[in-house]
Amino acid sequence: MTGLRVVRAGFVMNLKMLATSSFFLVTSTLQPVIFATIAFYMFRAGGQGGTLLYAALGAGMMGVWSTTLYGSGGMIQWQRWQGTLELSAGSPHPLALVYLPFTLANALTGAYALVATLLWGRLLFGVPLHLVHPFQFAVAVPVAILSLGLMGLLLASTFILYRYANALSNLLEYPVWIASGLVFSTSILPVWTRPISWLLPPYWGILAIRHAALGGSAWGPIVAALALGAAYGLLSTVTFGIFERLARDQATLSLT
Amino acid sequence: MTRFLRTFFVGGLIAYRGLFNWIRPAMYIPTMLGGPLFQLIFFTKLGEFAHAESRDFYIVGNATQACAMASVYGMTMAIANERWFGTLGPLLASPANRAAVFLGRGVPVLANGLLVSAFTYLAGVVLLGFRPPLSSVPALAAIVVVTTISCTAFGMLLGSTSLRAKDFFFAANLAYFLMLLLCGVNIPLGDLPGALAAVGRCLPLTHGIAAAREVAAGASLTDVSGLVGTELAIAAGYAAAAYAVFRILERESRRSAVLDTY
Repeated sequence: MTGLRVVRAGFVMNLKMLATSSFFLVTSTLQPVIFATIAFYMFRAGGQGGTLLYAALGAGMMGVWSTTLYGSGGMIQWQRWQGTLELSAGSPHPLALVYLPFTLANALTGAYALVATLLWGRLLFGVPLHLVHPFQFAVAVPVAILSLGLMGLLLASTFILYRYANALSNLLEYPVWIASGLVFSTSILPVWTRPISWLLPPYWGILAIRHAALGGSAWGPIVAALALGAAYGLLSTVTFGIFERLARDQATLSLT
Repeated sequence: MTRFLRTFFVGGLIAYRGLFNWIRPAMYIPTMLGGPLFQLIFFTKLGEFAHAESRDFYIVGNATQACAMASVYGMTMAIANERWFGTLGPLLASPANRAAVFLGRGVPVLANGLLVSAFTYLAGVVLLGFRPPLSSVPALAAIVVVTTISCTAFGMLLGSTSLRAKDFFFAANLAYFLMLLLCGVNIPLGDLPGALAAVGRCLPLTHGIAAAREVAAGASLTDVSGLVGTELAIAAGYAAAAYAVFRILERESRRSAVLDTY
């Protein structure tokens, strides 16, 4: 019961903090809309007008990932700057539970990106919002966001040890967009990258959303995204414990 | 003159090292080299998938644009962090020549921009099979220098506005992403609506990228002298505007005593 209260309080608190951050305004709405526009023009130039919904969904998921990534890196770094990381580490709850609501709030804020790119595509480019399987779509979107949030939790645990977490965030944005095939098929990537894609929840998340919106069964990818998300969530409880202990041992918890 | 040059070169370098806090290898390598590298791969692959333009179109566009990462953020931070770190007051109280203080910071930024762009071009050669004629490399390098100068001047303008603006990273981030859309990096200007293309033509990068593409396709530097001249004129315009904004905001901040307030 106390754990649920921690999740609720952390979730609401972080949502409020994100809502006042201009950086997240750029990451979760303006940046995805700009990338969606670039993708729309590129697909149009290639004579693939029918795939504009494909581009809009992909650009939206790019925004979800960016927000989750920068939020995960940022929440550790900002707590360092504000001097509250030690307080969180010193609280009686496991650190993974303290940060779970934060990363879920990050991923939910990222969902603005999906809404923004779909609206942008509809209003400016006339992208039809016809969904082939609306119910599967309604399930696929929250599952994709949840699985990304849990992946963000695992990343956040590694950021406890790494003093330049924001640098790692800057590095990881494009590679995950590429390996997950968010706006293009992973079939154009070298074969050796396939196993990397399979290990990424955004890969299954976008597959589920795409199948639900454009045709094909989304249930397989939904189950895969859920399973991977759960695995990342479980793994993060272990890594949070290990990295927190290491950071305490080396007295690097609050180093900026 | 000696004092001016010392402030320009030594002061510029010290300020850059102190204020551009992405210079540490742990920050620099992932952000300044890793970011542009993966951006290059992403847009080249997206272009391949969309069947929009040739592979070289995206390589030249993104490798040239990579200098903006160093120039826009570097120059913004080299000015804005002065206020953030609380050292703006002492700096403006000094009798140092403002032009030397201000423009000197652009030299290390320029060098960094060239390095980032050169690295991204090299990545295009090694990873994506970019093969420009060898004879075009000096001209390509000259165009990248000019483009980096204009991006640095643009960064100066953004940095100058941060003497009063609350959140300078918001403007820098937004400007950086808009440049991706409006400067012909990944979309030919002819494909954009007229108004957006007109904005793009007033921004740095646009003419430099167009010149670089022609040179990579075999044109000589003389053939693209008009584009290069326009890019230089844009650089001069932004640098002059940046200096004027800096002096105006400095005077206004002193007058209203808001130098260090947010």
